[in-house]
Amino acid sequence: MTITLNSKIPAGSINDKWNNYKEDAKLVAPGNKRKFKVIVVGSGLAGASAAATMAELGYQVDVFTFHDSPRRAHSIAAQGGINAAKNYQGDGDSVHRLFYDTIKGGDFRAREANVHRLAEVSVNIIDQMVAQGVPFAREYGGMLDNRSFGGAQVSRTFYARGQTGQQLLLGAYQQLARQIGLGNVRMFNRTELVDVVTIEGRCAGIVTRDLVNGEVVSHSAHAVVMATGGYGNVFFLSTNAMACNVTAAWRAHRKGATFANPCYTQIHPTCIPQSDPTQSKLTLMSESLRNDGRVWVPQNPDETRPASQVPEAERDYILERLYPSYGNLAPRDISSRAAKRSVDSGRGVGPLKNGVYLDFSDAINRLGKDVVEERYGNLFEMYERIAGENPYDMPMRIYPASHYTMGGLWVDYELMTNIPGLYAAGEANFSDHGANRLGASALMQGLADGYFVLPYTIGNYLAPMLNKPIPGTDHPAFKEAELAAQARYQGYVDIKGTRSPDYFHREVGRIIWDYCGMERTQQGLEKALSELPALYEEFQKDLRVTGDAESMNQTLEKAGRVDDFFQLGMLMCRDALEREESCGGHFRAEYQTEEGEALRDDEKFAHVAAWEWTGDPTKSIRHKEELNFEAIHLATRSYK
Amino acid sequence: MSNHLKNLKLKIWRQSGPTEKGHFEEYVMPEISDEASFLEMLDVLNEGLIGENKLPVVFDHDCREGICGTCSLMINGQAHGPERSTATCQLHMRKFKSGDEIVIEPWRAAAFPIIKDLMVDRSAFDRIIESGGFISANTGGAPDANLIPIPKSVADAAMDSAECIGCGACVAACPNGAANLFTAAKISHLNLLPQGQAERYKRTEAMVETMDEYFGSCTNHGECEAACPKEISIDVIALMNKDYRKSKLKNRKEISRS
Ligand SMILES: Cc1cc2nc3c(=O)[nH]c(=O)nc-3n(C[C@H](O)[C@H](O)[C@H](O)COP(=O)(O)OP(=O)(O)OC[C@H]3O[C@@H](n4cnc5c(N)ncnc54)[C@H](O)[C@@H]3O)c2cc1C
Ligand code: SF4
Ligand code: FES
Repeated sequence: MTITLNSKIPAGSINDKWNNYKEDAKLVAPGNKRKFKVIVVGSGLAGASAAATMAELGYQVDVFTFHDSPRRAHSIAAQGGINAAKNYQGDGDSVHRLFYDTIKGGDFRAREANVHRLAEVSVNIIDQMVAQGVPFAREYGGMLDNRSFGGAQVSRTFYARGQTGQQLLLGAYQQLARQIGLGNVRMFNRTELVDVVTIEGRCAGIVTRDLVNGEVVSHSAHAVVMATGGYGNVFFLSTNAMACNVTAAWRAHRKGATFANPCYTQIHPTCIPQSDPTQSKLTLMSESLRNDGRVWVPQNPDETRPASQVPEAERDYILERLYPSYGNLAPRDISSRAAKRSVDSGRGVGPLKNGVYLDFSDAINRLGKDVVEERYGNLFEMYERIAGENPYDMPMRIYPASHYTMGGLWVDYELMTNIPGLYAAGEANFSDHGANRLGASALMQGLADGYFVLPYTIGNYLAPMLNKPIPGTDHPAFKEAELAAQARYQGYVDIKGTRSPDYFHREVGRIIWDYCGMERTQQGLEKALSELPALYEEFQKDLRVTGDAESMNQTLEKAGRVDDFFQLGMLMCRDALEREESCGGHFRAEYQTEEGEALRDDEKFAHVAAWEWTGDPTKSIRHKEELNFEAIHLATRSYK
Repeated sequence: MSNHLKNLKLKIWRQSGPTEKGHFEEYVMPEISDEASFLEMLDVLNEGLIGENKLPVVFDHDCREGICGTCSLMINGQAHGPERSTATCQLHMRKFKSGDEIVIEPWRAAAFPIIKDLMVDRSAFDRIIESGGFISANTGGAPDANLIPIPKSVADAAMDSAECIGCGACVAACPNGAANLFTAAKISHLNLLPQGQAERYKRTEAMVETMDEYFGSCTNHGECEAACPKEISIDVIALMNKDYRKSKLKNRKEISRS
């Protein structure tokens, strides 16, 4: 298949593009919508909101999730908040400012038109969620309250205690549940997408595996939406929920969808450091804590006194010193690297010297314990439960961890991949965050895609298909994909080697973290690219999955996911190797300024790298989508 | 620095399928760090079982941060184990000591059939929400979010109820297998808010009646509140009951009017 990457950016000035698009888009008449079947894979913020809205519009919608209920998607775990350019605080916020902050935060590696649309619809999201009953935090006067997040000098983040993701997801889930109750959506729980089927160049449907009984079945549709989340678990240890994986996006990639910027991954600065080798995941401490917490390390690497006894003069408030105008609210990539350098220089704190302090004593003195408790009480509790220390008395210890993936399926302005009829929304696509995502912008993007973009753009594709037959699941292409999927899962069982999927997952994760994590070098990436294929071969020969493929088998589920992580991992390293510049979360040690900041190369790399599958992940083909900056002047990112 | 617990005796419920007969199986965990979470202890057990070519223990989990509501273990007869307001996944081994015997079972309730080992099917909860646990607000056309001021106390009270993670511990802890705490938490979240008023009584009636279809009835034991990892207060049940009684009056009035 020949790949064309047409971004389909509408004509007009940046302020008019979305309106122009909507005016020109083909429409499906209300009465005709029920003639179309749309499959939505994933029921997180992006999937649930897209499915509910399309069902309201009249489409027949089938939703799939590997969770036991749509309410459990990983979106539920988001803590800190959601951005919107409401300017309720009157502090000078606007659509343009949010647009600008997002492009700049992403280090000028995102597509302007998509980002501007995101900023435009951000205001509708808050209205919509409030109408649905999301109990956002309020001021005493009854108005909505806001806080600030990294990379912004205004307060535009809406929140519901430390559980914003939970409340937004429950809102979207309830709206979806209503449509399920009305019979407009068919919901398939505990069902995993294991393949995507294309027929004559368009996406014709999917193949799924029922996790309870292992049954492999096909589903055909007019269009398919992937809202399947990010791949941060490729690192093994991450803040993502345990089940997050890349399989859905990866299977689409193997069927021809290009995978964009896989090396753009976000390492979040404020997570609880690892304390034990058996650890299965890392816990995020919301970035909102950086509103009032101060990051520091002792100046002396041999410091042994407890934090409170280290005098001011002997502390290094790293972010305030390096980035005086943003201070503790410097963007994530910058803050993470500052922490890493402190630890690498031997000034780490805690029993394993693997963290930096996040100190609230000033805030407690200034605001009082009650106010701090009101703002962060549940986060403090969570910290104490995990780390066994009380942050009111002792500063928290934090360290960066894998958190979010900006890379993902390449999509055009309509959120369609390069396979006609196959869409990607939410964290699963690469669309809006460039090389680094700002805090509180993922929830915004997931809901923007699902509520306000996809339900409209999909009509433009469907309209011409009215009353034309589509291939059913008896088509040989479906049968072939079903057999291949069955063989794949049976294959894992049949290897009968000696090592569990978790063993291999830890090993891949270690390689990717060491060589394709916070700091990357040519040498390291080349090393990873020689180690990964060897380990992958071992996986294929020495994997052990006990039990069978015909019943609930969590080891088998894991095996399939780890297999895809291997292939993705190789592509990440290649992408990182070929991008000979530093930008956002992609930091190549060879490309930095004298002060150690990321050094972009706009001449050569102001483009999206979209990879084409060839059958061998080390031989994928790199395609480019040039990025043009018309509304915003390309500039060096500075948070000084 | 971490300490290690030695010689834990685990008695774990094993059941190969919904209609199969289950039984307890005993395992010894020779050593585990007290920094490990309870589920990480089970991960270690499962790695060992795979090493011995045996079937690992099936259990539900995902976020491991106490927010998704997926984890669901009965530990020594207590839903989510011994620590108050803590979901299974947030429980750490420092709560146990060397030599302890730990009995691990699935949620046991008629409405939550066992799928395998410690994993149950909680989709009856979804049925309750589908019947009315929402505010009907189609996408688009919502008024400006600050148009209706909501007193902070009201927003806070709604949020207290909205924190329910849908884990089902309340049902598992209840001798009658009732889902009143779960249902009432959602009802009070939505019924307290101005946006939720239009459908208040219709919602309550539909949700309560769906709940009654699947779950046992509440006889005020209060075990649910004690087991709830999110400290949902049993007061929400009183609120639900009051609105349910009113819903009957309301609807009758509506019928008489039509
Ligand atoms: C700890 C944490 C805190 C965060 N806090 C914030 C925050 O404060 N603000 C913010 O803006 N962002 C935050 N984020 C990021 C944000 O939560 C996510 O990016 C966002 O929720 C992703 O939503 P989604 O709908 O794209 O995917 P998800 O919510 O991950 O949903 C994916 C869905 O796809 C399904 N799925 C996946 N693969 C398959 C398959 N093969 N078959 C069937 N179903 C499948 C899953 O079952 C699930 O339903 C946070 C992230 C983490 C990890
Ligand atoms: S009320 Fe409490 S115990 Fe019951 S489902 Fe909700 S969080 Fe779990
Ligand atoms: S695993 Fe999510 S609440 Fe326990």
